[in-house]
Amino acid sequence: MSRQPLFARRRFLLGGTALGAGVVLSACTSNDVAQEAPQNVNVGAGDNAEPGPEVTIGFSAPAADHGWMAAMTAYARSQAEAFEDVTFTATEGTNDSSQQIAQIETLINDGVDVLVILPHDGAQLTSVGQQAMDAGIPVVNVDRVFDSPLAYRCWIGGDNYRMGVNAGDYIAEQMREQGKDDPVIAEVAGIDSLPLTQERSQGFADALARHGFEVSHRVAAEFTVESGERQTSNLLQSASSLDALWNHDDDQGIGVLAAIENAGRDEFIMVGGAGSLDMMDRIESGESVVKATVLYSPSMCASAISLARLLGQAKGLGDMAEHEIPASITTYSAVVTSDNVAEYRDVGFAS
Amino acid sequence: MTDDKPGSVLGAGSAEGGSPNETAGSPSSAGGTGGDGRSAPQPTAPAATKGGGLRLDVRLTGLFAVLVLLCVVGYLTRPDAFLTEGNLSTILRLAAAIGVVSVGMTFVITTAGIDLSVGSMVALASVWMTTVATQSYGVGVMVLCALLVGLGAGLVNGLLIAYGRVVPFIATLAMMVAARGLAERISGRQTQVIRETAFLDFFRGSFLGIPVLVWMFLLVFAAGWVLLNRTTFGRRTFAVGGNPEAARLAGINVKRHVAMVYGLAGLCCGIAAIMVAARTTSGASTNGLYYELDAIAAVVIGGTLLTGGRGSLLGTLIGVLIFTVLSNIFTLNNLETDIQNIAKGVIIVVAVLLQYRTMNHPRTT
Repeated sequence: MSRQPLFARRRFLLGGTALGAGVVLSACTSNDVAQEAPQNVNVGAGDNAEPGPEVTIGFSAPAADHGWMAAMTAYARSQAEAFEDVTFTATEGTNDSSQQIAQIETLINDGVDVLVILPHDGAQLTSVGQQAMDAGIPVVNVDRVFDSPLAYRCWIGGDNYRMGVNAGDYIAEQMREQGKDDPVIAEVAGIDSLPLTQERSQGFADALARHGFEVSHRVAAEFTVESGERQTSNLLQSASSLDALWNHDDDQGIGVLAAIENAGRDEFIMVGGAGSLDMMDRIESGESVVKATVLYSPSMCASAISLARLLGQAKGLGDMAEHEIPASITTYSAVVTSDNVAEYRDVGFAS
Repeated sequence: MTDDKPGSVLGAGSAEGGSPNETAGSPSSAGGTGGDGRSAPQPTAPAATKGGGLRLDVRLTGLFAVLVLLCVVGYLTRPDAFLTEGNLSTILRLAAAIGVVSVGMTFVITTAGIDLSVGSMVALASVWMTTVATQSYGVGVMVLCALLVGLGAGLVNGLLIAYGRVVPFIATLAMMVAARGLAERISGRQTQVIRETAFLDFFRGSFLGIPVLVWMFLLVFAAGWVLLNRTTFGRRTFAVGGNPEAARLAGINVKRHVAMVYGLAGLCCGIAAIMVAARTTSGASTNGLYYELDAIAAVVIGGTLLTGGRGSLLGTLIGVLIFTVLSNIFTLNNLETDIQNIAKGVIIVVAVLLQYRTMNHPRTT
């Protein structure tokens, strides 16, 4: 019993320390950095820009679990806010297809005028897209395509194959300029089991083949910073000298660059993918190995909102002869280099 | 865990000094097959204690042979690249973070527990230490923050398991989901790039030609080895895992010990978070993805029993190296990751089968 007070004191001290540590730690969660919301990219001009009839747009997307996806949702929101005739109703992002279906059914029941859907899984959400169309609500399908054209009025998305093609063409052109006939070209892909990764790699290989080149070292990361660093560290050991490297994804690119920096390598040029602001900064500085990035821009989500508004107001696209919005729009995977990076900053995203 | 009353432990406190020597031996041979091991521990106690120690015992030689074989394959397929200083340093650097996590995991599994939350705790600590606010306090606070977050999350696991009587699988499953959720919440699912150059300069640097990350791994491993094999804490860990009831009767505060072991695993995750953040120059909620699986695989092929009571840190070290060397060789030879995963699976099964054979062998002769 004589030890009791000692224990009490020790407990008090321990408790106090734990409490103090808790207070200190909670002060460390603040993350207030001037986070600029992406400004509306382009709200159009001419008659279409004039306020029209009120349109309520329902929006559903997967969980914003990486920089690119977060930017998709942010673009949709800021574009909707730019129009005074648009009421924007967004659901909480989810990676659970059945939950996303339920959310979209709620939006249908609420009687929104137009739906903008970025499905977590295109195949699984096809039926609910069709349900909306049957109920007379036009659906703008973003990026991940539904199985049936009956499930959407208009599809807008990126072009993975052309990302690869444009990255390959840019690298081939640079190699020619440097007078390299047999360059060592490496590729850091994303998750290999995804069709989008396969399309990007196919486009890259096809474009290089057109110039008589090929990929000699290839690894697949998982779209995360850490996997990018790990795979690239090994890749750099495999190739003692490189001429060019294409990294599919700028989110994992931070890790890819950390590995390159750690290995002290700078004998090659690197091309990124998707178009993050971080990569654009590096391209602009000119001191990094990153010389270009191929766009797969989340600004497509802003365009989807514009399309949804025009659909709701029964208008067509200004410069086209057709009276209606097209059924399918594929965005272009432009190559951003130090020459044009200033023009493309508005479609960059924070990774 | 078992029903021990804190009061009884206070009473038996004086017995603690003597008894662990006995209890240390018994579980390490008891772990293998249920009942019979438990009755015959006393005579084999000294040998068994050594078995967990420095001596490369029979069980580990098979595993070590696999590692050597892999290195030979690596050298034969890429003689120009495999044995270079750069490549070896890369292998060790990539093994460092998962290695530190596996040290903590070895303790947990030795107590017959499991920790599914290690990857998420790495993510949480790496995010917490790289927020704008933490970075503004400088490198010292960043490091302290990672350690405290890891330790704190680990202790929550430990308290839930030891005092809340939640099964380790469930408690750490909950932490796995929740910690990653909190990491996503804090980071806003963005990658937080480290601007604090003092942090990057130190942890991305080298000392005596060896990366600081590798030194950290070696230090943690050495400290873990001493703790497990040369201290009362380690003996209690074996005892608690081998037979918690016997451990309680021997005067060990089983609940407190279990809580501390999970806290230790969390602390290791905090250290690993610093290493991952240094490697990737950033903190992200996707850091440490699947670390729990990699760590469990490394610990299990290293000869630590999932049923508890026997654990080998040296085996864990070899296990971690096997997987790191394997993925290195695959990349050096430009092979696809799907084949790599098949090979990983085969190695796990073969290593465990080998252990059962070599483990049973001495007993029958």
